Amino acid sequence: MEGTAAPQTMNPPAPIAGLPPTVYRIGAFVISLILVALVIFISGASPATVIGRMVGGAFGTADQIGRVIATLSPLLLCAAGLVYTFNAGLYNLGVEGQITFGAIAATWTLRLLYPEGATASLLPPPAAIALAILVGGVGGIAWGLLAGALHVYGRISEIFAGLGLNFAATGIAIYLIFGPWKRPGVASLSGTQPFDESLWLGTFGRTEATPVALALGLMALIITIGVMRNTYFGLRLRAVGRNLRAAYVLGVPARRQLLSAFLICGLFAGVAGALQVVGVFHRLIPNISSNLGFLGLLVVMLVNFDPLWILPVAFFFSALNIGSLQLPLSLGLESSLSGVIQGLLVLFALLGRGLAQKYGRKPEG
Amino acid sequence: MKTNHYKRLAALLLIGALASACATPPPSAAPAQPAAPAADQTFTVGMVIVGPMNDKGWNEAHVEGTKYVMEKMPNVKFEYVDKVNPADRPNVKGSQVADDLIAKGAKVVIFNSDDFKDDALETAKKHPNIVVIHASGDYAWKEGKNYKDQPNLGNLMSKMEPGWMIAGCASALGSENGKIGTVGPLINEETRRYASAAYLGAKYCWENYKKRDPKELQFKITWIGFWFNIPGVTLDPTKVADDFYNGGFDVVMSAIDTPEVAVQGKKAAEAGKKVKYHHYDYKGGCDLAPDICLGVHYYNWGPGYLKIIQEAMAGTYKGTWTWAEADWKDLNNPDTSAFGYIKGKALGAENEKLLDEFIKGLGDGSIDLWKGPLNFQDGTVFLKDGERATDQQIWYLPQLLEGMEGPSR
Repeated sequence: MEGTAAPQTMNPPAPIAGLPPTVYRIGAFVISLILVALVIFISGASPATVIGRMVGGAFGTADQIGRVIATLSPLLLCAAGLVYTFNAGLYNLGVEGQITFGAIAATWTLRLLYPEGATASLLPPPAAIALAILVGGVGGIAWGLLAGALHVYGRISEIFAGLGLNFAATGIAIYLIFGPWKRPGVASLSGTQPFDESLWLGTFGRTEATPVALALGLMALIITIGVMRNTYFGLRLRAVGRNLRAAYVLGVPARRQLLSAFLICGLFAGVAGALQVVGVFHRLIPNISSNLGFLGLLVVMLVNFDPLWILPVAFFFSALNIGSLQLPLSLGLESSLSGVIQGLLVLFALLGRGLAQKYGRKPEG
Repeated sequence: MKTNHYKRLAALLLIGALASACATPPPSAAPAQPAAPAADQTFTVGMVIVGPMNDKGWNEAHVEGTKYVMEKMPNVKFEYVDKVNPADRPNVKGSQVADDLIAKGAKVVIFNSDDFKDDALETAKKHPNIVVIHASGDYAWKEGKNYKDQPNLGNLMSKMEPGWMIAGCASALGSENGKIGTVGPLINEETRRYASAAYLGAKYCWENYKKRDPKELQFKITWIGFWFNIPGVTLDPTKVADDFYNGGFDVVMSAIDTPEVAVQGKKAAEAGKKVKYHHYDYKGGCDLAPDICLGVHYYNWGPGYLKIIQEAMAGTYKGTWTWAEADWKDLNNPDTSAFGYIKGKALGAENEKLLDEFIKGLGDGSIDLWKGPLNFQDGTVFLKDGERATDQQIWYLPQLLEGMEGPSR
């Protein structure tokens, strides 16, 4: 009976005795770094120079540090959200769509309050921005719950439901940019008309980093750490993630737990999407998520779903993301090399995780 | 209990969001004071490029322009970042790339796509001492609709409309059945006026040189949505070109940055189809499939960039809007002409003569195609009989022209 009532999710295979799981993960990471160095070497540059320039490119100027922070904020939100779904045993690949739909919802709110050319509205700009972020969160929730419902009630793998909804969200964004929300006389993928500067989120000095986005990102992370470590909700979520059927039999409302995980992740991702609109691009663009959702997945997998380590890892990936602009800029390297570097890191992170699960020694307790 | 968590969460978020309300937008910049460095130092110019540098099209033409500048001014060094668009570099904005270029010492930053207009303005405001050039665009045009008073921001664009007329004429001369297809990028003022100019050229030559009935001429444009293919986002230009070639269009014109029209035309010709193509943007465009190439109208950015960079170095540059003209006495002169035209093999000797006549007429003003009576696509009047379009009317062309197939906006 449980089988029909509760949906299936994946359970990690029981670890067998071996080295501590961390060793596999760190080992895989080290191998990926060696391979990265090798790829750089083959493409005709010195790995040390490349790394030096990338570090310089991430922290060399106030603008660059600002950009690292501007990338970190939505990344923290997404990663924090994904902690819930991962701990519930869900691979929420739909996080990208949740960001996108949040961004669409936020853009919609601002367009409604401030139609093109309008300088005054019912709500003053600060309140309008706050409302847009909130509505963005609601949009993310809607998209998250849709994936959740497809998974829980439709018995569709959350991976495929999520990916499908990613395409749908991008499709809606493109439709809006090309159709009802297009710039006057222009049909281009470069996005909607930028909002008036009064509707831009304030920044640290003249950088791109906004205190509000950073505060929201850090807050999401702190809340998540608290929830996962100290609450019954977090415990039940982990129970569902470890063994859905057992949790169900023991009286944990599995469906509700799963949907809650989707809801929270959708909320955080939607807020991240709204921040991309009001804080970074100041308009809706087709790729508004900037792949930060996927980057968030990587971060959370790298930290093995433990929110405590999200901040440093997310910071590292934000710096990598920003610093990689130096590859074409100062080294004349093929710009897609940064994609190769990131891809290698992802691949080996997954490999490390797989090996850790298969051969890693089970930790005490 | 769970509800409490959500409530607390929502409350916290709400507080955070409301706190955001207190933040202020970034301050706007002080007036411009372009820098004047010593002449013997290396002078760095940054270029933000929308697509791949080696695209055999728009972007490569800009890179060619920079090479020209470096030949003439050995102390000038260019720094490039290409593929600056949300598909290739998801988390990167043009203005950010400019910040980094400036941090690396660039004194002039060139944005090479219409899509960078917001980035160019943002950069100019943020760095009032840097000369910011937006290739295409109209923010520096005092008589234009979108003028922004930003002294360190300038626009440079070749006046390519006559080039498009020549392209249209060559296509009409090269077509047997009068079915001319165009693979267009996105719809905006620039692309509308270009497509319309091509149509005017095609129509003129079809009627006056080929002595064919204008009703036989079918001029169709399909917009892919961006300057080049973004898989899953734009229409695939390969497919669009194939559709034209397979749909009985014997001439296909490229209006996008990349060479799909040439590549697919070559394949179609090899499969036995009697098709020809017309290239755009890049001088070497006919080399892609020489036997079926009718011609290419290409940008010559070198002289325009040279002038701006010389002025920037001397500290005398003032943001101006430049719509650089061709040198009609010597269209392919690399030092004087803002665009050039190279005839392709597929045009044929007979048509070459006719095309030369057309070019001569455009140059001496005896052929003026921006002249009424002309109607818009929806049938409303664009120019009354004898009326000549102003620069503004051409630049801000709101619709395609009557007789053209394809969406106007």
